[in-house]
Amino acid sequence: MADLSTKFAGIRSPNPFWLASAPPTDKEYNVRRALDLGWGGVVWKTLGLDPHIVNVNGPRYGVVWGADRQLIGMNNIELITDRPLDVNLREIKSVKRDYADRAMVVSLMVPCEEDAWKFILAEVEQTGADAVELNFGCPHGMSERGMGSAVGQVPEYIEMVTRWCKANTRMPVIVKLTPNVTDIRFPARAAKRGGADAVSLINTLNSITGVDLDAFCPEPAIDGKGTHGGYCGPAVRPVALHMVAEIARDQETRDLPVSGIGGIGTWRDAAEYIALGAGNVQVCTAAMTYGFRIIHEMISGLEHWMDGKGHPDIGAIRGRAIGNVTDWQYLNLNYVTKARISEDLCIGCGRCFAACEDTSHQAIVVRPDRVYEVIDEECVACNLCVNVCPVEGCITMERLPAGALDPRTGQTVKQDYANWTAHPNNPAANGGG
Amino acid sequence: MPDFEHSAGVAPGRLPQAAYAENFEDLHPPLGSHAAQVAADRCYFCHDAPCVTACPTEIDIPLFIRQISTGMPEAAARTIFDQNILGGMCARACPTETLCEEACVRTAAEGAPVEIGRLQRHATDTLISADVHPYERAPESGRRVAVIGAGPAGLACAHRLSMKGHRVVVFEARRKPGGLNEYGIATYKTVGGFASREVDWLLSIGGIEIRPGCLGDDLDLAGLRRDYDAVFLAVGLAGVNALALDGESAENVDDAVAFISDLRQAANPGCIPVGRDVVVIGGGMTAVDAAVQSRLLGARTVSIVYRRGRDRMNASGFEQDLALRRGVRIITNARAVRVSAVDGRVREVEFVRTREQGGNLVDTGEMFRLPVDQLFRAIGQRFDLLAGGLEIAGGRIRACENGRTSLEGVWAGGDCTGGGEDLTVTAVAEGRDAAEDIHRFLVGD
Repeated sequence: MADLSTKFAGIRSPNPFWLASAPPTDKEYNVRRALDLGWGGVVWKTLGLDPHIVNVNGPRYGVVWGADRQLIGMNNIELITDRPLDVNLREIKSVKRDYADRAMVVSLMVPCEEDAWKFILAEVEQTGADAVELNFGCPHGMSERGMGSAVGQVPEYIEMVTRWCKANTRMPVIVKLTPNVTDIRFPARAAKRGGADAVSLINTLNSITGVDLDAFCPEPAIDGKGTHGGYCGPAVRPVALHMVAEIARDQETRDLPVSGIGGIGTWRDAAEYIALGAGNVQVCTAAMTYGFRIIHEMISGLEHWMDGKGHPDIGAIRGRAIGNVTDWQYLNLNYVTKARISEDLCIGCGRCFAACEDTSHQAIVVRPDRVYEVIDEECVACNLCVNVCPVEGCITMERLPAGALDPRTGQTVKQDYANWTAHPNNPAANGGG
Repeated sequence: MPDFEHSAGVAPGRLPQAAYAENFEDLHPPLGSHAAQVAADRCYFCHDAPCVTACPTEIDIPLFIRQISTGMPEAAARTIFDQNILGGMCARACPTETLCEEACVRTAAEGAPVEIGRLQRHATDTLISADVHPYERAPESGRRVAVIGAGPAGLACAHRLSMKGHRVVVFEARRKPGGLNEYGIATYKTVGGFASREVDWLLSIGGIEIRPGCLGDDLDLAGLRRDYDAVFLAVGLAGVNALALDGESAENVDDAVAFISDLRQAANPGCIPVGRDVVVIGGGMTAVDAAVQSRLLGARTVSIVYRRGRDRMNASGFEQDLALRRGVRIITNARAVRVSAVDGRVREVEFVRTREQGGNLVDTGEMFRLPVDQLFRAIGQRFDLLAGGLEIAGGRIRACENGRTSLEGVWAGGDCTGGGEDLTVTAVAEGRDAAEDIHRFLVGD
């Protein structure tokens, strides 16, 4: 059986699945239930200074649904914990004492003053927690008060606060990043310079999930008004995967441990994050949608997949896809493929035809009896037909072998690798290809 | 309490009263709005969708389903009614399993089509229940058209003509308008008086008057041609084919269509008498409707006997399965040869086994008998010929494309012509297309 245990930034846990800092980890009752079901650890919902904040008394969440009310994306306008600091600290200590083998990380958010950080770090140390996570990501409410993503959007602040924390605690410091920036590498580098032991990402994306067209009000609505919330759930996963990969392959941050967050709900989601360099993953929306029991699927699925592929432990898969993430300019322009439609599998819906005819390259022809065929002279191998086909495996992209004629370009497919940097049409290419 | 259930002969009230409500409830209950969203999500929005091609009225099915999925069942209803003004009844009565749903690519993919019929009902019910009629009449044209028969073909034609600004008088021989929608469809396919509500809704466009009248009785074609600018004949099939058997005149040998009609018009199904042992002779939808409803009324045994094989039955596979699920026995390759009566009432039917031989049906000589208290004829209906110089083809009015007959200014459609498959939806298409052609004729386009 594959070994799922991890040691992330010095913190041990029996599996790579932590619950992210969020409503599920707001108090002892929930956290004990989660740990009893097998979660590897939790990041306790963000603590702040007393007097504790207050939340709105109307809806805190808005969602985007699929046809069967499948939750595709969710946003929230909840703030950090709205309970007194000492209550949280007492509960954290109690839980950690009883679950010594699980990771107990405490999320923190206090004003940008060193004394404030110094104070709260000392308090958290008393609980026996394994680490702290600096919440530089929360994009709503707290950011208006100069905290959360207001810090995370300024690399200099990230570096400064991280440095204070490292100077004032023996606990590992994880910096949680906001995705509401133009280039995630800058905040990650700042965290590294400040001495962070790890980064975690992504926090939520600024969002409005919908508009009530009767009230003309954004949702979720509080007494006829709305504000942007933080978007999470399956819809944000591609954004997060990209950001994790960017940090993993950046020269300055490649050795910085990353805790992957964003739309993780299954073993496969987790495996993809880990393949792109995440040392572990954090889960929130899926647990809020289905409850803590999803951990059973995530653990068993990951074990089955790793056993089936012969991966003995998390280390064997971590970062395995990073080397294959590259810049566009390095993609092989001599890799030539054509779409192929399986007549046996085709059910005749014609979506490939509609998509190609209306929005792509007019490379599919309809033969009698709803038989769809690719015109190689027109097919640029864009993959749209594969993407819109409802039958898995019905349309595939087949590579033309070296030496074959590409009827679209009239050129013979070359064996060698050639990319844009040396392409004759590239004004910046040195001497051409 | 008398043992109604097993008493011999033909009797009403074989079941406890509560059983009737349960037995005759909606065969395909309506989808709620969430269920409709989920069902609509299964539609692939096919290019040149095969379901549309399979629909005799060519409703833009992918479009109306997409309109449902975006929360606009009213817009979906408009898409349906644009092509088929009786889309509400067609959603209930169409054999979708041999039309749109058979053609659905998901039938090929996974054996489970998009539930087009139920989605169509969801959309059309939205407007009809709200009593919203989405069409307005064009300005009065000053032209008058006579439509003979207020069945699906006649009503579809009348509505389209009225939309175009013409005045329409529909003559109907029966007490209520609706034709087979009102009298000929199994009760559990159109519950709650839907057929008459749909007709009221259709007529709310205005410009259509329904009058009692029967061609060959108080109306004649020459007079109609004289008094109206155009005539559309949609008289249906009034005659029922006889079995041509010795003893057929015995009591309790009945027409299936009359039984179905009586049941539709009954306020309480329990009032309709039914035999203890029922035999239905035929292989089409009418046979199934009569057989299933006999069971639902409490008949102890019900058998459909068809002279050819299962694959030759006009009733769809779905209908045959429905009959079997309701406990109807389907006996194929058997031909009735003799009806025996006791005290003037039918008591037994004798059959000979048949087989197909080189395309011909031959008797094998093997005989068997079934006890029977009530015998239904369901071997088709026939067109009772009209006088008046109309050309006839295959026993029905000869009509070319758009319903033009051999007489100038006279169109025909629906079951009285030979073109369709005797389906409501085909009749609607023919009525609609004839109206367009009549309009072109009237305005000289």
